[in-house]
Amino acid sequence: MSILFIALPIALILVSTAITAFWWAMRRGQFDDLDTPAVRILHDDEPPNPS
Amino acid sequence: MQPVACAHCGLPVPADRQQPDGQPSYCCSGCETVAGAIEACGLERYYTMKETEGASPASPTGRSYDELDDPGFHDLHVQALPGGLLSTELYLSDVHCAACVWLVERLPFLRDGCHDARLELRRGVVQLSWDPRHVQLSELARTLDGLGYPPRPACDSNQRERRRSEDRRHLLRIGIAGAIAGNVMLFAFALYSGSFAGIEDHHRALFRYASMALTFVIVLGPGRGFLKGAFGALRARRAHMDLPIAIGITAGTLWGAVNTLRGTGEVYFDTVAVLVFLLLIGRWLQHRQRRRAHDAVEELFSLTPAVAHRIEGELTRDVPVESLRLGDRVRVLAGETVPADGELISGSSSFDLAVLTGESRPVPLALGEQVQAGTTNMSAVVEIRVETTGEATRLGRLLTLVERAAERRAPVERLADRVAAWFVVAVIGLSAVTLAVWLWIDPSRAVENAVALLIITCPCALGLATPLALVASVGRAARRGILIKGGETLEASSRPGHVWLDKTGTLTEGRTAMLRWQGDLIWLAAAAAVEAEVAHPTARALVEASNCPLPPASGVIVAPRGVEGTVGGQRIQVGSRAWLLEQGAEVPAALSAQASAWAEEGVSPVLVAVEGQAVAMAGCGDPIRSEAADALRQLRSRGWSTGVLSGDHPAVVASVARQLGLDPSHCHGAVSPEDKLERVEASAGSGPVIMVGDGVNDAAALSAATVGIAVHGGAEASLAAADVYLTRPGLEPIVELLDGARATMGIIRRNLAVSLIYNLVGASLAMCGVITPLVAAVLMPLSSLTVVTLSYRSRSFPDTPCPSSSSPSPSP
Repeated sequence: MSILFIALPIALILVSTAITAFWWAMRRGQFDDLDTPAVRILHDDEPPNPS
Repeated sequence: MQPVACAHCGLPVPADRQQPDGQPSYCCSGCETVAGAIEACGLERYYTMKETEGASPASPTGRSYDELDDPGFHDLHVQALPGGLLSTELYLSDVHCAACVWLVERLPFLRDGCHDARLELRRGVVQLSWDPRHVQLSELARTLDGLGYPPRPACDSNQRERRRSEDRRHLLRIGIAGAIAGNVMLFAFALYSGSFAGIEDHHRALFRYASMALTFVIVLGPGRGFLKGAFGALRARRAHMDLPIAIGITAGTLWGAVNTLRGTGEVYFDTVAVLVFLLLIGRWLQHRQRRRAHDAVEELFSLTPAVAHRIEGELTRDVPVESLRLGDRVRVLAGETVPADGELISGSSSFDLAVLTGESRPVPLALGEQVQAGTTNMSAVVEIRVETTGEATRLGRLLTLVERAAERRAPVERLADRVAAWFVVAVIGLSAVTLAVWLWIDPSRAVENAVALLIITCPCALGLATPLALVASVGRAARRGILIKGGETLEASSRPGHVWLDKTGTLTEGRTAMLRWQGDLIWLAAAAAVEAEVAHPTARALVEASNCPLPPASGVIVAPRGVEGTVGGQRIQVGSRAWLLEQGAEVPAALSAQASAWAEEGVSPVLVAVEGQAVAMAGCGDPIRSEAADALRQLRSRGWSTGVLSGDHPAVVASVARQLGLDPSHCHGAVSPEDKLERVEASAGSGPVIMVGDGVNDAAALSAATVGIAVHGGAEASLAAADVYLTRPGLEPIVELLDGARATMGIIRRNLAVSLIYNLVGASLAMCGVITPLVAAVLMPLSSLTVVTLSYRSRSFPDTPCPSSSSPSPSP
């Protein structure tokens, strides 16, 4: 069961990775608006803005 | 009305967009425009199930939006982006579905220079970024208007940024707490199964140290808010909800840490971590509910910087009110609101002062007289020279009064805090007693039993009991058209006290209508024909009351107090008795006496003369809401005393009070806004005071009252000052609010009782040393679970969402 001494730190690293990912997504505004992106995916792609 | 499905997307159509029979109805301008576009491309077969002929395009308001380009507006609402771009947020009306998102986000393809348009569906807010060298904001606003989404500025950019970071911080705390709590729970599983099946000491130590490290992170990170709150409460020498929570968290963590370091005894890190996580969720739910109500009210505010038409040489230019300066000349069209206090320098007109004084009849003002900001110009175009602007106006001074009243308001003593105060003292006392007694009986078990007591009496359920019940009720209320700004309101309005109601716009409909008619109805049509083109409210009331195709009138002359014209070859004069007499018309004595009698009851008589002979008379006034009497009776039957505070003439108030069966000694007329504030504060001694109103003149009183309720269609200032806003017309929602408040307090009391009984039993067991901290930690969540279930199973407000259409009024 000495594997625990390796597995547990790995688990902690995974947790911190998950939290970092969450923090990153938060900073990018991924959770600011939870309703609109769900309908925006229905729109056809448009040619890029010429300006 | 029957629910109607949108002809384009099939969603239900709001009542105000429903078309009469045979015409397709659309849920929003987006669907309507898309349907129009599909038809224009000859693709109407798409709607094989429906006929789409007559799909009219969206109806733009056609405003110029020039004020959006003014520097004064830019300072407040517009942010600069890198690359010379500008960005702002605008509220859009009538945003409903995917088609709206599509249409609005097409804006960059419709207008060169617009870089991005992102619509947030739930709030109906679009974020625009544009290049000011290519396009002006007013042009983008006009385009949005043309698509059927009249834009209004959202809150200013600093506030927006602050809110966003606040929301993000909340979520981040929950995210971190959730991740850590989950892991600590997993470690706890290993430890619990280890304590039954055996575990090697070094493994146990490993899990315990890992749990300890994570728990310190969660307590000092996301849980810091509770510690801070508790510390603040200690310094202020007040018991606060955060205090027992903080003690529970700290005691659990420290005792666990001591046991970890000693290598013996129990640890409670999982309990602490999950507690912090659950409490954060509770706080977040509350925060979100408050924010939602706040957003809804703010959107209703229509924060459009009220536009003023400034006269610059030969031209008039639309500028925001903020950029008006002393001495500016401003044009005010009929039906518009006066932007600043000033002197009439051209034209004369009648003004509706109801917003400031509550007086229901328009007041005629002539050249050289003073007009005040916030009043409405009723009949003719006038020019004004600005004398005071902004806060210095009478309106501005009233708003300052509102702010002061809000500051002075006594804080509502919250039931949960009251309970918590005793609870904290009791728990700490009991655990001290337990420690002392067990030190005497068996020192090795003393600390363990004291901690078991602290844990099983963990205020978890107590902490969740109140917010959950309040959040559930506030949410239910919102679906019934009652927006509540804070949960405390429900507590404050649960005990009967005194209700003060404003008259104009609250008990009455706030508009002029014909209430009575004496004489041949034939003359009503003739009188209406003469009045057809006049903007005066009495004229509009007559036209509305005639309710038939009007004969043509010729040679119409409009005088300040009457109108004259020819209908069907007969000379018709409509106006007050004094004016008719001045014009040489004959008024029979019977009619004259009747007119005086009506005037005393607060009904203004309007006489109709044919060929110089008065033949008929209309009684005009502000009609009482059909459901007002019933609502007032229900209020009284629930033990509330009712009264009227109105700025209108005492005779009118007395007449309304008589019709509604109110005690005349509680009905006061000619009350200034300052007096209203005073009377509300004076009646605060016995029980809660509820003020119901709609105007700026009520705002200070609304804010000073224990609970201020702004009714449907109220003025901006009243919305800002009130604690509750009704999105449904009528007074029934008030009765519903009071019933709901009582039910909610019942639920909260039951929740508190359940958790207290639970804690009492647990505490006695712990004090006797029957349960160990481990059993306590297992039992503790059960009380929270009970409370959560009870909160959500209880019905405080009716469950059905209310119809968005106007309330069904019994036909007379």
